[in-house]
Parts: sequence; C-alpha cells; structure tokens
Amino acid sequence: MTGEFDRKVHDTLVDAKLQLAVYTATARLKEKRIETVSSEALPDYQELRTQANAIKKHAIDNLDHYLEEFERNVVARGGKVVYCKDGSEVSDFVLGLARERAAHLIVKSKSMTTEEVDLNERLEHHGLESVETDLGEYILQLAHERPYHIVAPALHMTRYQVADLFERCLDVPQETVIEKQTALARTVLRQKFLAADIGISGANFLVADSGAVVIIENEGNARLTTTAPKIHIAVAGIEKVIPRAQDLATFLKLLARSATGQLLSVYTSFLAGPRRAGEIDGPDEFYVVLLDNGRTRLLPDKAKRQSLYCIRCGACLNTCPVYRKIGGHSFPWVYSGPIGAILTPQFMGVQHSPALPFASSLCGACGEVCPVKIDIPKILLELRSEVKKAETREKQNRLERLGFQGFAWLMTHPRIFEMVGRIGRSIGWPKSRRGPLGAWLSERELPPLPARSFREMWRRR
Amino acid sequence: MTEVLEQLGYQVDFPENQTCCGQPAFNSGYRAEARTVARHFLKTFEKSECIVVPSGSCTGMITHHFAELFHKEPETLARVHSLEQRVWEFSTFLTQVAGVEDVGARLERVVTFHDGCHALRELGVKDAPRKLLARVRGLELREMTPAEECCGFGGTFAVKFSELSGAMARTKIEAIERTGAATVVSVDPSCLMQIQGALARAGSGVGTMHLAEVLASR
Repeated sequence: MTGEFDRKVHDTLVDAKLQLAVYTATARLKEKRIETVSSEALPDYQELRTQANAIKKHAIDNLDHYLEEFERNVVARGGKVVYCKDGSEVSDFVLGLARERAAHLIVKSKSMTTEEVDLNERLEHHGLESVETDLGEYILQLAHERPYHIVAPALHMTRYQVADLFERCLDVPQETVIEKQTALARTVLRQKFLAADIGISGANFLVADSGAVVIIENEGNARLTTTAPKIHIAVAGIEKVIPRAQDLATFLKLLARSATGQLLSVYTSFLAGPRRAGEIDGPDEFYVVLLDNGRTRLLPDKAKRQSLYCIRCGACLNTCPVYRKIGGHSFPWVYSGPIGAILTPQFMGVQHSPALPFASSLCGACGEVCPVKIDIPKILLELRSEVKKAETREKQNRLERLGFQGFAWLMTHPRIFEMVGRIGRSIGWPKSRRGPLGAWLSERELPPLPARSFREMWRRR
Repeated sequence: MTEVLEQLGYQVDFPENQTCCGQPAFNSGYRAEARTVARHFLKTFEKSECIVVPSGSCTGMITHHFAELFHKEPETLARVHSLEQRVWEFSTFLTQVAGVEDVGARLERVVTFHDGCHALRELGVKDAPRKLLARVRGLELREMTPAEECCGFGGTFAVKFSELSGAMARTKIEAIERTGAATVVSVDPSCLMQIQGALARAGSGVGTMHLAEVLASR
C-alpha cells in the first residue's frame, strides 16, 4: 500500500486547485468550531469533554450490558435488532427483507458505517436501486467516489465540478448557482422518497434506556428517509450505544460545535420503534442493524479501546495539517484524517496499511480538539510500535531496524558518539544524495555544521 | 542557555555522558531501542537537581513517554517519576523556577515566535517564552497567523514523507514571512532546523534563533 499511498499523496500535493479547495473548506470548519467552543461561548467546554469521555468509557467498558438493554427496549417498542458480523451479513439481511416485501427502491441517508461495508454496491449488485439523499453523498454517488471527509463528504468538489456532473448525469443544463443545484437534486430526490420501499439510515447514538436511535443532520433528508418509506433500517456500529437519554445533553452540546461550528444541527431525531396506533407518520417496520465489522477486535486492548469513543465529528480532520495537505482520498479506507489513521490499521490489521500511523508529524492537534478526548497521538505511537513488531516477524525493513539498533548503541557509548561527531564535522555532510539525506534535501537545505561541539566548548571554558 | 542560567546565579553542570533522550527510536516504533537510550539518560541524570532542556520535544519525551516505556518495570518507573519532577523546559524553568521574566537581554530586532507542537500541546508552553521575549530590550514580537500549526518536521516523518513535510513547512514560512519579522524564534531546535532549511531553500532572508540565543544577546 505504501507505493499507492505515496502516489496519492503526491498527486494531491501537486493539484493546486484541490489544495485550495481543501485548505479553504477545512479552515472555515476549523474557525467556526473555535468560535463555538471558546471560553466565552461555552465556558464548560473542557468539563463537557471530560464528561463525554467518561460516558463513552463507561459505555464501551460495559458494551455487552448496554447493547442488551438497548435491544430489550427496541423490542418493547415493536422494533427488531439484528446483529451482523460484517458487510455481507448486512447486505444478506437487507436483501432478504427486500425480497420478502418485494421492495426495489431504497433511499439512504448519510452513514459512514454503511460506507465501511460498501452497502450500496452490494445492494445494487443484486438489482436493487439504492439512492443517497444527503446532497454531498448524492453528488459522490453520481461521481462514483467515496466520501472525502467524514462530515462534509464532497468538500473537495467545486460548484463548477458539480455543474458538470449534474449536466452529464441528470441531463440538465449547466447550473453553477449552489441554491439552484440543491433545488435540482431536491426535485430528483423527492420522487425517490415518495416511491421508496425501504429507508436506510445510520445512527449517531443508540440510547440504551429508551431503545431510541438518534440521528443528527442538517438537510432533513434523514428524517424523510426514516419516516416516509414503510420500512426503516438503521445501520449502526455497536460502539454507538450510550446508557441514558440524558447523556445526550453532553454529546449534543459537543457534536455540532466540533463538526460544523453550529450550536445545534438543524434536525435531531429520536426514532424509537415503528409507527404506533394514532400516529400519522413513521414506518410500519423498524430494524436496527448492529454491526461489528472488526470493532470487537479493539475491545481487549485497554489502551487502544478508546478509539471506539469516536462520535465522527470530523474536528480532527479539519485541524490536522496532514489531512489539510493530503486530503481524504489519499487514505486507504473510508475513514480519513487522524481518526482514519488509527481506525484503519485497527479494523483492517496493521499490515493492511503499515505506512498510515507514520504519516503524521505527531503535532497533537487532533487530540486537542477531540470532543471525547481520544488520545490519537498516543494510539499512533502504539500502532507504530505494532507495525515494527510485525515487520520484525516478517523479516521486513531490516536495514532500518539495524539503523535504530546502531543508534541505540551509539547513544549509550558517549565517547564514541563524541568521536563520530568530531569526524563528521571535519569531513562535512556526505556528498551522496540518497536515503534520508536525499529526502531531506529534496525539500530543504541542511543546517551548517558548527566548527566545535558544545562538549568541546564546555571543556575549553 | 548556560550563559543565561549562570547569569541568574545558577551553577551549571554538564554531565558529559549525555547523548539523547531516545525520542527518534520511540517515535519510529522501536521501543526496545528507545528503552535502551532512555535507561542511559536516567543513569546520566540520576543525581541532577534540576535538568533544564533547550527543547520542548525532548522534555515531552522524558516527562510524558518515559513512563510508557517502563510501565512494566516498577523500580525503573519509580526512578522515572522522580526524574519527571526535575526536568524543565528552558522557558518554563526561567519563569516558574527562577521566577524571572527580564534576564537583561537586548536585541534590536523584529521577531516572530514559533510554538513547537510538543512544547505547546504536551507541556502547555505558551506564555513563558512570550513573557521572556517581551522583556528583551529593543525587541518587537509579531505573532504569526496561524501560530499553532505544525512546521512539518516530526522527526523521521520529515524524511519518510519529505514532500508532505516540505509542503507543511512552506505553509509555515508563508505565515512567518507575512509578519515581516527578521527572525523566527522557538524553544525547539528541531523545528528550527526544519524552518531554517525551508527558509534557505526558498531563498528567504528570514533567520532563525533559539530563545536561549535571544536571551543571551547583550
């Protein structure tokens, strides 16, 4: 993967238009976040983060208990819970249900969890039509691309690119005014909502004590997806469960601020069970698919388990100087940015993307903005160590290992360390421009070598 | 640094066996090698009363990550915890231990200050260097925007992902040059090496100085 990763990083770095689009969009999100969590705007911000971290820790440490409680309460409200190990189990369930109910058209609201398992592709492969209804996701579905960003999936595209795309795919005249583009998509999608047999959503939170699925959005498409069709299926990772409805008081204050710099997103929906007698809207059938897809693999490791606290706000992406340069599509899996750099190796195995934990300057900005206080830099360091252990087992990268063994030896032999320094200063920087020295020189000059070391100056005093 | 400390009346000792804190190995995933170097550090500075470090990044390695390296060795861990209390980043030592802001320095220059990420985020060093710079006669500090963004060094990151690291450095030096400062100052030599290298490559006239060099100017 290293070669492909490096190539994508390079392609993004040399694309001036893309650089500007990503840098500007993330700057806007970043600044809005800073405004809404400032000590004037939200005096108890740090306490809320501590509280959110404590709730998530408690929920993940007692995951089995809360998942069972959630399931009991979903069933009590007339819904059903389906446990799925992986993507093929999710698509088998949806396909089976679609077959039984003779369903053909599915509308979908935004969900990173379904992106994880390529749900649209799996369903379309079996002849179902599955339409994304979040504007950004709809644009990407037409463009056959995966989300560039956890929260703002089409962040990298300009309105001119969208105009071309709509002209080509929807057979409409060029339209570059964003409001008019939205109206175009709305017209197409409204027909889909009215005709859809099944609505598939994700979930921001699963509330154990009430059996409710909480969905937070700005466009209203998730509300339509979950209430217009006769069947609603919510697909959620098992880590989304929180103990009590009142815990949302903490998370709702943090999520929108961290994600988009809003005080609250436009729609916050609490969905619990199918439509009851006397209610005028809501589905006839309500399912919650609880997806593992590698999550339980993270549970035994107490240090890295906190990766599951993530509420997918994207704040770490917007603030990350690496993400802002290399963008979302350089990352090898659906999750990008700092959170992607720790989730991908853990979900897929460190061998899947060994370069990823190293593609960070460890500046710590991600950990600083994380609303649930995931110590991302610490986990990156843990993963680096795991990659090196795996390389040793596989007898890979032996030259580098030898280099660091030599480093450790030299640093524990101060006299020889001093001698090497003296010789180095007398002969100057090597003329060879290969290896790490060449990599340094490709972007920067070398510092001038001093005539004497500090040691020598110290002794001469 | 030794000049500044001695002027304040401190007796400075330089244990000649010192080498490195082991961070390059630790950050590269080589924990056994990092442990070997960290052990050497522990032994070298076992008897020192206050260990003043001219680098936020090295300070962070010692005070935040040594404990991780030795979490399975209770005896060494106890030594680490004792050491942690005695290790100080240079500017923090001056403002908190020595209790000074004016060290009597003079430098006629417009400077900007670069926050090293580990100093800033691991150690919370933000005000100390600025307070010290504010008291340097003839010096004007102009803050850059954004001030808190990484310079792209990141140890081996700088050579493993050199093109990316270089792009990050360019964003940094654009922010530096917008201030119109003649010199960029930092408490981290590694950031300064990256920034200096990138400034030189860009043909910029802006120079670099460690905070200690500024404070030793007369």
